[in-house]
Amino acid sequence: MSGSAEDVVPVSCTIKPPVYLQIGDGKADTAHSGVCVVDVNLPFGKPVNIEEITFKNYYTAYVTVRLLRRSPGQEAPAKWCTALRDLPLMDNPHTEGGSQDYYSIHRTQMQAEADHVVSVRLILRQPSSAWLTFSLEDVKIFPHLEPDPEKEVSDWLSDLTLVDQHPDLEGLPDPQTVSSSIQQMWALTEVMQTNQTTASIGRFDVDGCYDINLLSLT
Amino acid sequence: MDEGTELSLTIAHIVQRLKGSHLHSQIERQAKECLHQPEIKLESLREDVRSFLKTSGWERKLQNAVYRELHIQLPPSHPTAPPEHLKEPLAYMRKAQASWEKRVLKSLNSMSTELGVPLARMRPAVEQKELTNKWNEMGTDEPDLSRFRPVYAPKDFLEVLISLRNPNHDSSEDVSTRSHWGLIQVPLNVRDIPQLRRAYSELNLTTGQLGIDDHAHIHPDLFESEYVQIGKKVVAEQDSAAAQQYSRQGCSTGLRADLWALILNSTNQPQDVMHYEQLKAGVIQHDLLVDNLIYKDVKLTASNDDYYFVFEDFLYQVLLCFSRDTAVLEHFKYNSATPPKSYIQGKVGDEESAVVYPPNGVIPFHGFSMYVAPLCFLYNEPSKLYSVFREMYIRYFFRLHSISSSPSGIVALCLQFERLLQTHLPQLFYHLRQIGAQPLRIAFKWMVRAFSGYLSTDQLLLLWDRILGYDSLEVVAVLAAAVFAFRAENLMEVTSLASAEAVLADLSTLKVMPLIQIFLFATAI
Repeated sequence: MSGSAEDVVPVSCTIKPPVYLQIGDGKADTAHSGVCVVDVNLPFGKPVNIEEITFKNYYTAYVTVRLLRRSPGQEAPAKWCTALRDLPLMDNPHTEGGSQDYYSIHRTQMQAEADHVVSVRLILRQPSSAWLTFSLEDVKIFPHLEPDPEKEVSDWLSDLTLVDQHPDLEGLPDPQTVSSSIQQMWALTEVMQTNQTTASIGRFDVDGCYDINLLSLT
Repeated sequence: MDEGTELSLTIAHIVQRLKGSHLHSQIERQAKECLHQPEIKLESLREDVRSFLKTSGWERKLQNAVYRELHIQLPPSHPTAPPEHLKEPLAYMRKAQASWEKRVLKSLNSMSTELGVPLARMRPAVEQKELTNKWNEMGTDEPDLSRFRPVYAPKDFLEVLISLRNPNHDSSEDVSTRSHWGLIQVPLNVRDIPQLRRAYSELNLTTGQLGIDDHAHIHPDLFESEYVQIGKKVVAEQDSAAAQQYSRQGCSTGLRADLWALILNSTNQPQDVMHYEQLKAGVIQHDLLVDNLIYKDVKLTASNDDYYFVFEDFLYQVLLCFSRDTAVLEHFKYNSATPPKSYIQGKVGDEESAVVYPPNGVIPFHGFSMYVAPLCFLYNEPSKLYSVFREMYIRYFFRLHSISSSPSGIVALCLQFERLLQTHLPQLFYHLRQIGAQPLRIAFKWMVRAFSGYLSTDQLLLLWDRILGYDSLEVVAVLAAAVFAFRAENLMEVTSLASAEAVLADLSTLKVMPLIQIFLFATAI
């Protein structure tokens, strides 16, 4: 989550209709396609530094993310690169596990810097013939937010802390997230203690009354 | 979402849940009180208080509470996923569950109108007094229940599971290419025998098992004596995780009650007794239509059972209290089912008058009381019996009658049962199918009740040891398949559903652990 999805607004982008690849002219062929391409165009002239891509899966087994990046300040044409190859979204392409789950791909998972991106291409694969169709729903792209320029420390200092921190963080929760959430919990319990009556007391009646004649079907 | 974030979310979640608990205030009080002790020094206050909590056993209690949260805790889900995704990730399963619920509610509504019995009413004072007096002998009462019928029976539910389909599943080639032998048509992932062998490694042929190696002609020194000694240590240590691991090889009769309570962290504290008394007051104050269903169910099942009829009064007490327990509602966060809603005094639409019916949100069906009955052998104190049952229900039993894709859910169990038979006894499966005796139609009733009421009680408790030990109901499907394997020779000779049912009518002589062990570890694969 990294705290981003909650308060950061996704980039407004155009998601093109999915294109399913077929052998031959595609019309006469009744076999299902196993590959699908979804292009996401980011706003024209405003390259985006991507923090996270989130979506809801619909029977896609693997997803590949390609990015069209433009080097800043140069007139050179934008170049495609593969940021992530065949990320498995389903435990087994033939069975349900993960078929309708929510996913996010964070910039740290990508093998290429997700900066100055003008277009994103999602290549979906479903090798199993068990499903009629597959796609991704609710694709959203969240921008990477630079730290506040006023608080920004000089490059060498931030480089230094980065070098220091990386090995320690292996396999451990983000200490800041933990501490902030625990602090929040602590504050919460303080509130709870001063306001004890909000706790559930297990009553099922409303003001002593529990006379019911019909169950609601809606 | 990376693992670190996931872990810190889980930690925050558990911290939040435990902060409001009774345990939290107890530990806080202990920490405050220990300040008066001489060995607590001001200069090393933090460490001293910590070591005090450790040596006085409070740390272990906290560990057990965390362990419990990890079992019922919501699985890591994506932050943008809506709550219903946590209940059940597959949309078509949610839809099927919702329409099944609607059917059940309609039938309850019509029962109420046809019989002129309100769903819930306040009992008049005289009646309240009467019930209070006969609380311990409710079984002696013989109310006329002939007009009431169970809202549904397992076989109605099976029909719903059979008709379950994934709308995105290609079924155009069914007849020709894919095997459509079985009744369950949902493409869930279920484990095959090699995977089960890895997951259930403690059940293998060389590991000692209660239910096998404690047989009368085996000398107790070979396995049993030492194993029981270890069990006593586990109980003395009061460690939930150790108890759960221990239970994989079975719990001895003398220790089972303590071990199960430890695994489930049902400690039966004074506040649990109080909670139980509160629920009892709820039963006495209000009369519910579902009470009649509970009475009827106990009369139809447990009271007719050679093992369980003596517990009739206990069953009424526990089940009636269960129906009033709003703490059960919490499990609907991760159960695909949704509690029925109503409005008091017919004020439809007025959210202030909205209530859940019954108060725990669970509508009992035919056979429901069999989830409680075996526990009566272990606990004779009603409040303890109650808290163990409630924990078993919100961890396991609810999965046996709601439509979900969970690996312990009834749909996956049915599919797993069919797959195991198809793979390892294809001739038998084919034969039964040809004569119109689909194996699932016979085995379903066993699985819905986790075999309660079908096995002899000692054997049933050995089976439930493993459910608790592996925190999964999968072993139920394995046993169902193993029973068919055991009776395969006889079943190959039958020519009708009725005669197949007759072959499998009496399971009370079966020894479950040898059957499971042989099926899992001695089947050629």
